[in-house]
Amino acid sequence: MATTPTAPVAPRPPHQPRRRASVAGRFMRNRAADAGAVMLLVLLAAAALAGSLATGSAQSIESAPLAPPGPGHVFGTDDLGRDIWSGVVYGARVSLLVGVLAAVTSAVLGVLVGAAAGYYAGWPDDLLMRVTEFFLVIPTFLLAMVLVAVLRPSLWTIIAAIGVLGWPGTARLVRAEFLALREREFVMAARAIGHGTARIIFRQILPNAAPPVIVSTSLGVGAAILTEAGLSFLGLGDPNLVSWGLMLRNSREFLRQAWWMPTFPGLAIFVTVLSLNLVGDGLNDALNPRLRRTAG
Amino acid sequence: MARYIARRLLLIVPLACAVVVVNFVIVHLAPGDPVNILVGEYGATPQFQAELRHRYGLDRPLVTQLGIYLQHAARGDLGYSLYFNESVVGLIASRLPATLLLMTSQLAIALGLGVTLGVAAARRPYSLTDNCASVVALVGYSMPVFWSGLLLILLLSTTLGWFPSGGMTTVRTAATGLAGAEDVLRHLVLPAITLALVNLALYVRLTRASMLEVLTFDYVRTARAKGLADRAVLVRHALRNALLPVVTVTGVDLGRMVGGAVLTETVFAWPGVGTLMYTALQTRDYPVIVGSFMLVSVAVLLANLLVDILYAVLDPRIQYR
Repeated sequence: MATTPTAPVAPRPPHQPRRRASVAGRFMRNRAADAGAVMLLVLLAAAALAGSLATGSAQSIESAPLAPPGPGHVFGTDDLGRDIWSGVVYGARVSLLVGVLAAVTSAVLGVLVGAAAGYYAGWPDDLLMRVTEFFLVIPTFLLAMVLVAVLRPSLWTIIAAIGVLGWPGTARLVRAEFLALREREFVMAARAIGHGTARIIFRQILPNAAPPVIVSTSLGVGAAILTEAGLSFLGLGDPNLVSWGLMLRNSREFLRQAWWMPTFPGLAIFVTVLSLNLVGDGLNDALNPRLRRTAG
Repeated sequence: MARYIARRLLLIVPLACAVVVVNFVIVHLAPGDPVNILVGEYGATPQFQAELRHRYGLDRPLVTQLGIYLQHAARGDLGYSLYFNESVVGLIASRLPATLLLMTSQLAIALGLGVTLGVAAARRPYSLTDNCASVVALVGYSMPVFWSGLLLILLLSTTLGWFPSGGMTTVRTAATGLAGAEDVLRHLVLPAITLALVNLALYVRLTRASMLEVLTFDYVRTARAKGLADRAVLVRHALRNALLPVVTVTGVDLGRMVGGAVLTETVFAWPGVGTLMYTALQTRDYPVIVGSFMLVSVAVLLANLLVDILYAVLDPRIQYR
């Protein structure tokens, strides 16, 4: 199986004084991360207020088909006369919901697998790591396609399929942390006092693994949104919901007549994933100051 | 070395079995009769359904079923597509060359461009070049591949007319030989660039980080002290070692790239395995969907093995155990 990839870690630029600042302070000073956070807040607001922001129903026929962007329809209308702006705003709900729930599912699974492997070491570790590497190497997008197709597309099968396949990265991070800490004094002490295994795993060791888990989960939300959009694009979206991937799917036949049909829903996906990646990178830099990539 | 390769090849067997088992589980998770998955929703006569039920032992205990399923898969029997009226293995084999052509072309572009950008960025960290490379990587990482594909069609095909918008060959011009190759190349440009654009992001970041690390090593300082030209130090000394993690990650990342390839093929109607899977999805042709996943997974495992062997060849520190 594959050898361990080296994490992209840049050494600290020489002679750069180590800042003593809070995590929040470091995050705030990172302008790229701030931009990402602001974009993300706007998107969350749009998703929350979709009902009042939408200028029409995203699913019912409103006006002339294939109307270009203009007053009344800022992003134009699609081939059935549905308002694209409304579709984009309602699509934010689906994308963010799927992204967050799938990423959280993956994080929970990854923590459980990684903690078990790292805490028990030995053969459970070997076994769990072989399984992890397996899921890391096989084409998981294809597996998600198979899962959703066979289980019938719905919001919940999509979340489950993406969530169930996204855990290997987190598992490896958590395992590494547990392997490093399992023999440390504070763990010995907890054991000596008679704390149970579960308590040691979750209350003593796990908090130390929180920073990498937070970073990989925030990046995981973006990845899950991309996967969901890809599945919807292939026709594996929830048939009852408007999603960005579905809008792009519908735009394929009308590229010549309506440039706005692919442009705006795709831009929405791009901006969402970009903001999540910026925030994830910012969190990474803020939580692991020694591994900082961007200049302070 | 031969023993190392043999050992690694043997390791593929349990992994391939695991792929089959995963499929078996999914097929049995499906609501309704597994026979529905075996025939797809294209419709099959009751006799054929009964025959399949018997052939795959669906009337027998689950463990026996798994054994039969594994046997069929090992013999290369991945089922039959009623929609295409052809065996699944035959269908996929006929589509594989197109996918391989697309994958190798995009990989060449992504690696070449990604590594170059990464080296340029590492040469002067935090410079304008470095920041530009970071932005390229970030944008590539955040773009849905099917959207960038649609935009490229919109811009370079429907508006400017530089490239064909889809397919692999021009219909009705049965060009052969050199002209035929040129025709395929013209069709290949857009999908290959689309896919490479997304995948090069990883290489930019990885090469940059890896180069920055290697550049702090003593032997690089020695090379500089000898008075070697900047270029020679960067490329001949530093890059050689910095590329090792790039090779490893390429192996691990192949599975993700294949996912992107399915979407790209769909956008450009590139007649590979991805488009086959797409067609199968539209017709709920389950044997093709499940079979494609199985074969592509095994192909990725084999490619991964190749990458690992390449790594062993490149890095003399690796012990062939």
